[in-house]
Amino acid sequence: MAETTAKAVAELRDIRRTYVMGSTEVRALKGINVSFGAGEYWAIMGSSGSGKSTLLNILGGVDRPTSGEYVVNGHEISTLNDDELSEMRGREIGFIFQSFNLIPQLNMLENILVPVFYQDNPRPDANERAHMLAERLGLADRLDHRPNELSGGQQQRVAIARSLINDPPLLLADEATGNLDSQTTDEILKLFDELHNEGKTILLVTHEKEVGEHAERILHLKDGLIDGIVENHR
Amino acid sequence: MKGNALTRSIQLGVKSLLLHKLRSLLTSLGVLFGVSSVIAMLAIGEGASQAAQEQIKQLGSQNVILRSVKPPDNPSSDQESRVLSYGLTHDDYSRVVETFPWVRNAVALRQLQQEVRYQDRQARPRVLATEAGYQTTTGRLLYEGRFLTERDVDSIANVCVLGYEVARSLMPLESPIGKSVKVGAEYFRVVGTLLPRIPIGDDQPAAGAQVTGEVLIPISTGARWFGEMQVKLRAGSREMEEVQLHEIILQVDLPENVERTAAACREMLSRNHQEKDYEVVVPLELLARAEETKRIFNIVLGSIAGISLLVGGIGIMNVMLATVTERTREIGIRRALGAKQRHIVLQFLVETVVLSVGGGLAGIALGLAIPLGVEHFADMETLVEPTAPLLAFGISVSIGLLFGIYPAWRAAKMDPVEALRHE
Repeated sequence: MAETTAKAVAELRDIRRTYVMGSTEVRALKGINVSFGAGEYWAIMGSSGSGKSTLLNILGGVDRPTSGEYVVNGHEISTLNDDELSEMRGREIGFIFQSFNLIPQLNMLENILVPVFYQDNPRPDANERAHMLAERLGLADRLDHRPNELSGGQQQRVAIARSLINDPPLLLADEATGNLDSQTTDEILKLFDELHNEGKTILLVTHEKEVGEHAERILHLKDGLIDGIVENHR
Repeated sequence: MKGNALTRSIQLGVKSLLLHKLRSLLTSLGVLFGVSSVIAMLAIGEGASQAAQEQIKQLGSQNVILRSVKPPDNPSSDQESRVLSYGLTHDDYSRVVETFPWVRNAVALRQLQQEVRYQDRQARPRVLATEAGYQTTTGRLLYEGRFLTERDVDSIANVCVLGYEVARSLMPLESPIGKSVKVGAEYFRVVGTLLPRIPIGDDQPAAGAQVTGEVLIPISTGARWFGEMQVKLRAGSREMEEVQLHEIILQVDLPENVERTAAACREMLSRNHQEKDYEVVVPLELLARAEETKRIFNIVLGSIAGISLLVGGIGIMNVMLATVTERTREIGIRRALGAKQRHIVLQFLVETVVLSVGGGLAGIALGLAIPLGVEHFADMETLVEPTAPLLAFGISVSIGLLFGIYPAWRAAKMDPVEALRHE
């Protein structure tokens, strides 16, 4: 379906996800086949109820498909137990959320470092890396602040720094600009462009067309199925 | 790195708890009071039983004590007689000494109601008329001078031995040895003073081992000057009592003969006395009874302390369950960022343990303070065993673990997707 690159960072093969709610079955994903190549920049779009969130949860490794295979950087997740899956999430995937999801009782530096502590072999240079990322994202003078002392844009940049701390190949952004004003949105999108140029694979879930147009490709979801993949010629 | 992880978890736990200072404080109060009551009750119980045992030991564990007891008022008899005559007799004394081969030492004792004066000072100690053997049977130690001797008794000498407190109150600045004190209307030369006994709980009247305030004179001298009658003024009426001997202290040769001697004495006295105007006190039996009482006391105290700790633990669990619900989203975030279930368990378990240990440490401090207060205000002996704070600390850690495991497990088992969606 999609043109595949030589090496896929994330590959979905006939992914189905069915929820049982009482006596009714909700089929959120009905067979998704797609391969996200290394260094690619995708937008995933679709109306609410299209299965966007479910797909994102499976891509992020917080949810498991009912059937089908999902391979992240060579690991097929159905073969991983809960600990291994958690380890994989922390190492291979950087999460960026719409509502930032910083931990309120931690300051910025501590928030950036959260994913490090849960790794079995934490990188020894985590502290320097946190400072480097903060410097790069223009947060260096705010590291001892708590989330509620910062603006939305600053909080989202902290969240991005956090997603990058373990240097994962895959970044998942769930409506990352949904809570930001247009100026900040532009700044964050510019940041994604930079990260893309540095070779990160970025999957951007959005419902805003302008945001989606930053990506190389747009994957349209409808009723739990892929409705089409559009190349953006920027 | 593992040790590091624990330190970080503890730091994080403390930080989260400090975010809700009042709630954390109130939550740990349960453990605080539980632990402090464990320590305080153990200290008070231990102190009380220690005092009781000390008191009993001072009576002498190889002794059997026969005591005169005023019989219950019997309106039908003795009504016309003005003199109430009861108690142990000289005949009892000789019979005991002659009959029982196991009795190594028998000491007769009379207790007199006399005032003691020295110059312009006066005291109302217990005046005991007794024999030379009193010192060995009761294990009293001399402070200075000598004790009464058999010669004093034989020669009806006007000599006396002062208890430490009496000596101090009559002659605070000088050595009493050789001085003459006035007992009743007679002068007695002081030949010795006694060391005070370890202070113990309440005074039992007419006990062979008195705490303080006693003056010992030879029994023969006592009989000569003061006779065997005593006049008691009570509520305006006069009452005359005649008691030959107030106490006979028997020292038995071997501990295993104590019970036999006691039984034989009971048997003999009941044959020779119409009324039960005596009692047989066996310190060894008292000791056993005191131990039993202590055991029951400990069970009761332990149950009360256990219940308060249980309530404290449930309080902690309750708050932790609420905290877990409240922080569902945080759990979801952490899981999404790579936290394993054991990390979440550790995080919440550390918080409960920090809560309970914090409460426990404060409880230990309070528990150590309470016995001091009790000693000061209630004039009771307390004894904090060094193991008690350790025990209490262990208990509070266990409570944290025991009551924290379920909330922590609940937190760890949450579905990350659900948790992330939680508002």
